[in-house]
Amino acid sequence: MKTKTNNTADTLILLALRLITYAIVLVIGYILFDIVKNGASALNWQFVSSFPRRSGAAGGIFPAIVGTLYLVVGTIAVSLPLGIGGAIYLAEYADQGRFNTTIRLAIVTLAGVPSIVFGLFGLGIFVLFCGFGPSILAGSLTLACMVLPTIIVASEESLRAVPKGFRDASLALGATKWEMIRTNILPYSLSGMITGSILGIGRAAGETAPILLTVAAFFLPRLPKSIFDQVMALPYHLYILATQHPEADRIRPMQYGTALILLLLVLGLSLGAILIRTHFRKKFRW
Amino acid sequence: MVEQSLYPNYPQDLEMVITASQVDFFYGATQALFDISLLIPAKHVTALIGPSGCGKSTFLRCLNRMNDTIPHSRVEGEISINQKDIYTPDTDVVELRKEVGMVFQKSNPFPKSIFDNVAYGPRIHGEKDPRRLAEIVEQSLQQAAIWDEVKDRLHANAMGLSGGQQQRLCIARALAVGPKILLMDEPASALDPKSTMRIEDLIGELRTNYTIVIVTHNMQQAARVSDYTAFFYEGRLIECDATPKIFTNPRQKQTEDYITGRFG
Amino acid sequence: MSRSRKQHITDKAMRLLLVGAASASVLIVCLIFLFLFKEAGPFALKPGLGKLMDSQWIPVSFQEEHFGVGPLLSGSALVTALAMLVTVPISVLVAIYIAEIARPGEREFLKPFIEILASIPSVVLGFFGLLVVAPIVKTFFGLSTGLTALTGALLLSLMAIPTIISLSEDALVSVPYALKNASLALGASHLQTIFRVTLPAALPGIVAAVMLGIGRVIGETMAVLMVTGNSAILTASPLASVRTMTATIAAEMGEVPFGSVHYQALFWIGIILLVITFFLNIIAQRVLKKYGMMK
Repeated sequence: MKTKTNNTADTLILLALRLITYAIVLVIGYILFDIVKNGASALNWQFVSSFPRRSGAAGGIFPAIVGTLYLVVGTIAVSLPLGIGGAIYLAEYADQGRFNTTIRLAIVTLAGVPSIVFGLFGLGIFVLFCGFGPSILAGSLTLACMVLPTIIVASEESLRAVPKGFRDASLALGATKWEMIRTNILPYSLSGMITGSILGIGRAAGETAPILLTVAAFFLPRLPKSIFDQVMALPYHLYILATQHPEADRIRPMQYGTALILLLLVLGLSLGAILIRTHFRKKFRW
Repeated sequence: MVEQSLYPNYPQDLEMVITASQVDFFYGATQALFDISLLIPAKHVTALIGPSGCGKSTFLRCLNRMNDTIPHSRVEGEISINQKDIYTPDTDVVELRKEVGMVFQKSNPFPKSIFDNVAYGPRIHGEKDPRRLAEIVEQSLQQAAIWDEVKDRLHANAMGLSGGQQQRLCIARALAVGPKILLMDEPASALDPKSTMRIEDLIGELRTNYTIVIVTHNMQQAARVSDYTAFFYEGRLIECDATPKIFTNPRQKQTEDYITGRFG
Repeated sequence: MSRSRKQHITDKAMRLLLVGAASASVLIVCLIFLFLFKEAGPFALKPGLGKLMDSQWIPVSFQEEHFGVGPLLSGSALVTALAMLVTVPISVLVAIYIAEIARPGEREFLKPFIEILASIPSVVLGFFGLLVVAPIVKTFFGLSTGLTALTGALLLSLMAIPTIISLSEDALVSVPYALKNASLALGASHLQTIFRVTLPAALPGIVAAVMLGIGRVIGETMAVLMVTGNSAILTASPLASVRTMTATIAAEMGEVPFGSVHYQALFWIGIILLVITFFLNIIAQRVLKKYGMMK
């Protein structure tokens, strides 16, 4: 009899767990559905290809798309070499010394710094101290600092996936450490490092707080001429349209359209990275 | 050269190429080798045997300084190759490893073509001429007795070879650099009996031109392929002698116990 | 020989370069502390750090400005506490389902799908909160506005859920099979094993996951800025409008003159945030390390 009650209770608990899990799935599904459904009706070629008018109440969001892409490229250009280089050091050179511990502590700390604090930091150092002003350069550098830990962690994981035997064989043939890395580690881990990093950078593309203080322009219906120019950016543009705009209640389609484009950009980057990774995982098997 | 008191059964005119004297090895605070003194004769096969964890592989990896890659490891004592101490600060590890090739327990071809695997070493050391590279590759593959099996698919990925072929490819890859000494760390332990036999035959052929040091925990293998055998136990060298002597009439009780299968 | 020399020089140079790249993280952390204190610094002399203890935050005023971070701190604490109250039970239960109950195919779907939530930009979630969640809260509780601490907490909870699920799941999965099998062998049912053996064994990992989740929630800016209503008042009511530390910085930094007292006060808020998240992080790492759950 005891087992019987136990079984009923077990079944109920299992059911409850499943319900909670799928409730979360449903909520996520609804968020995506809401943004996609409302955003899709606002989307058209003119919306993504033309300049905004009336403070963004009309026209398109072309400069914001371009601005975000510039920021993504700038962030990649700074953070990828630095992050991959750091990961190579940690995976291939560092032993359990104090220097290594310090670096790991720094990475963990950096990963926990709130994005708005990165914004303050970027404002203090890049915008004011370095004198870059609010610019693509200052924004990219700020975002790069923010994604650095993600890139290092992803890259290190990819490096550690390369079998130890390759390293031994390479060194035993008389390769120097760097030759070993260049010829026998990087070719097999680079794709993993880059895709892992893009996942992190995709998230940075959707961040608002760090660019709020370092780069984003409220309304700037032209394209930047240099890295010292300010740009509009999708996340900030959405924030402005949704909360700061005098006509906020009447331009819902504009807002949804912007949200959808931003979502597509971020998820697209992530999805692309995941697909590339699967492709390369199939290519290199050992 | 040969100290008769220590090596009574070695021919007196035997040329010794590797000399280890009073070698201690530490992993951090743990000592793995104690006071190892051992001579290794040129153009012969020397087998290092002993139960797992006895230090035979550690000693082997001291000979081409592969242990350098282990953090917090430390070597004391002296190891000389051709009368040159290989642990002096000005030793060029790259040059050393060109002289002293190594084959590992688990075959580890690179996920490149067969040709590129063998050409890897020469390329690193600056050989660019494609004709010369092709020559080296063919020669090395022939020496490693695998040429006939792969000559039609040199540009196929090496990962497609069988386990035994992969290991012979790794031997060819090591030979391509032109070493005088070949270190083999249980080269056949992961292979089936037939592939093992081919590797053993190959070792028999290579001994005319190379000094070979092989680690094995297969005593029959040691008896079959080696001329001299060193028995390691708990980080110490117990006994070193001509292989037939070790296997028929060892001087030390511990060696006898191990050979007769009382432990290990 | 000259070739080999060149090899060694390249090797040394690359090593140096890589050490440099690795040091960048350390340098950035130091610079963050340095520049935050540099910008915030003068405030400590005039008007003095005591001003931060004020009970009100009225940074712009014709009479006397007040820079009390108390109301902001309480705003952050309230929103965070509410968010964790919702997040922790849900996340742990979902993690249990994914790690211990779901079929392999189901897991392959659930894990990446929940990951999607983590990659939705916070401003998009904030926007969703503004248009969908806030009206629901407003109608449900019969309020005059849906922009409340609770609304913010719900959105933050959405953001923290994927992190805590994923880390808790790691902790659950890392519990040795031997332990689970021992329990099953003693006649415990699958669920008894989960709740009496697996979950307690994974607890340190889950605690660390929660700490990291709190760190993330406290530092989140955009969603709370958009939906909490932003009144800087001292309250414990989930249905009141509050203003968090992060939202204050984001909302006010754009309008202050650089170098002013108000500007410096905002940097002090940044420092407080940094210190809080720093310690949460350190404690979480300690917990993970102590119980050998470091990856």
